Amino acid sequence: MTGTKSILVIGGSSDIGHATALRYAREGWRVTLAARDLEAAQRNADDIRTRSGVEATVQALDVLQTGQLAGFVAGLSALPDTVVCVVGELGDQLRAQTDPELATTIMRTNFEAPSLLLELFAQAFEARGSGTIVGVSSVAGDRGRASNYYYGAAKAGFSQFLSGLRNRLALAGKVRVVTVKPGFVRTKMTAHMKLPAPLTVQPDRVAEDIFRADVMKPRDVIYVARRFWLVMTIICALPEPVFKRMRI
Amino acid sequence: MSNSGVGASGLSGWGNYPRVSTELLAPQTPAGARDHLLARSGVVARGAGRAYGDAAIGTQSTISSRGLNRMRSFDAATAQLTVEAGVTIADILAAFEPRGFFLKVVPGTKFVTVGGAIAADVHGKNHHRDGGFGNIVVSFRLALPGGEIVTCCRSENAALFAATLGGMGLTGMILDATLRLLPIETAWLRQDTRVAGNLDAAIDQLESSASTTYSVAWIDCLARGAALGRSLVYLAEHATRRDKDMLGPDLAPFPSVRTSRLSVPELFPGWLLNRASMRAFNELYFRRGAAHQGKVRLVHWDPYFFPLDAIADWNRIYGRRGFVQYQCVIPQGRARRVLADILDRVSRRGDASFLAVLKLLGDASGPMSFPLRGYTLTMDFPVTETLFAFLDQLDALVVDAGGRLYLAKDARQSRATFESGYPGLAALRDIREQTGANTRLASHLSARLGI
Repeated sequence: MTGTKSILVIGGSSDIGHATALRYAREGWRVTLAARDLEAAQRNADDIRTRSGVEATVQALDVLQTGQLAGFVAGLSALPDTVVCVVGELGDQLRAQTDPELATTIMRTNFEAPSLLLELFAQAFEARGSGTIVGVSSVAGDRGRASNYYYGAAKAGFSQFLSGLRNRLALAGKVRVVTVKPGFVRTKMTAHMKLPAPLTVQPDRVAEDIFRADVMKPRDVIYVARRFWLVMTIICALPEPVFKRMRI
Repeated sequence: MSNSGVGASGLSGWGNYPRVSTELLAPQTPAGARDHLLARSGVVARGAGRAYGDAAIGTQSTISSRGLNRMRSFDAATAQLTVEAGVTIADILAAFEPRGFFLKVVPGTKFVTVGGAIAADVHGKNHHRDGGFGNIVVSFRLALPGGEIVTCCRSENAALFAATLGGMGLTGMILDATLRLLPIETAWLRQDTRVAGNLDAAIDQLESSASTTYSVAWIDCLARGAALGRSLVYLAEHATRRDKDMLGPDLAPFPSVRTSRLSVPELFPGWLLNRASMRAFNELYFRRGAAHQGKVRLVHWDPYFFPLDAIADWNRIYGRRGFVQYQCVIPQGRARRVLADILDRVSRRGDASFLAVLKLLGDASGPMSFPLRGYTLTMDFPVTETLFAFLDQLDALVVDAGGRLYLAKDARQSRATFESGYPGLAALRDIREQTGANTRLASHLSARLGI
């Protein structure tokens, strides 16, 4: 048990955020869940406290209010050892094509806000001289597809942000950055979609892999499920003249 | 755990029979579940889909409780745990067994939800001593078809509380429940195995060990004649710290749980289940069990209580047509003769499950709960053209003896059989009329049986 350590999950009302926080709590980490929907976050925190016996609290945070991010980080009663950002919104691609406001929200939720927030944590962790930043991006950011390119483009931006941040911090070697690229995960966000069973994982699998990449066997970029690395390598290797005619 | 039952061609229970189409709703919060209930008719709640027949399939819509999977709170001083209805017994044991708590009543699989366990008032191997699942339920919140959410316990809405235990989801949708956990000193059971040469000997064993907490007999259904009903009787108590130190000094009191990777492939060839293979299996099973006779040994709670959970999707061995699990209870005085008659017919028929389970049950509780003082026998039968006529014959024996069939297993009994077995039905019907559930909540089971 590492009872002194703590984790902050940004997007703590989500299924992946819940599962991730629970995984850390099972090892004795204290948990804080930050979310816009405080009621949902509290439900998750109660679950984590009951299952693990570990302290779990909630914090209100709307990441799209980017002007308030600095105040949020400065106002934390204690800086966590690990911050995991699972904020994301798939959005309705078809609608986004004709609704610039929705398109903007998708891009801000998946790229702008998480990047601005994690930069603040990077600086706070640097000043302290330790910490891990886990950004949950998506395989959708590896190549743009017709079915979700606002989401995909924003996740691509977020993946590149994490890559650059890792590159910057690696020189000092004190703060680690982990990029997580889930493929298909059975969550509220995908509840309406038909997902291919062999490639689909449950949120606790994502949580397990995050915990491993952070605590047990440090990694920079992980795919969940792992076989998605191969799938995306093949998809990314397809020449554009071929890819553009495909519906995948 | 399993994706049992959900498919393009409809929804089924664990027995894969019957399979019927229904709208499947998957709310993610208790409030969402209530809203679905309020907006639908011909609707019933569904937990993990472990009821064997048609109990958890709405005639029009089915509300899954799987999204209601959060725990709420635990008070170590009173050992009271509050969880949402879709939390499973496996979830509870995973979280609380390492902290020294167990559930006083568990059914034969840990993959059932708390909501389902209440709705079926499931029983375990200790019903003769500790009663059914309802006995560990302190209270629950029930969403009524009109949208009202009421708290039910023994002192508040007591009639609704009683009718919901074993009420098969027909009084409302359970949203969450508070249970009393059982403190344990170790994760081990001290198990004593006895060999019984026939049915009479098995019943004698169960009778004479009625003061033992857990008891169950596994019957070899292929044995006939003088050996009809030959069994292995497993008796067990929770091992204390001292028991464990004596019987297994090197064992950890709470070892970490091993998860099994065994599972049955989707297209298990049905012909593998033939008489020769089953006979060979039973012979091995009995020799192995008999070798343990007279030796008290430690067994982990997982294989003791949930032996079949080690094989994921074991229901697939019966193939696409599915199977029926037949579970009846016969009042104590008539049990020997009637069970012998049933076993004899089953062994003559030949396609029964290779193993049957025999248990002693204690006094009846709520109006719709299955148990009554007597013996309960459980067997699997693959669905065939001739099966239902055969089971009707068994039903006649059960009815004549004043027994009844377990609704959580049932997929085919007649209204007459059901009505003769459940005199408490009137109480459930009254409650359903009072809450308006009679016009709104309907499963295929309730429609079939005229509840």
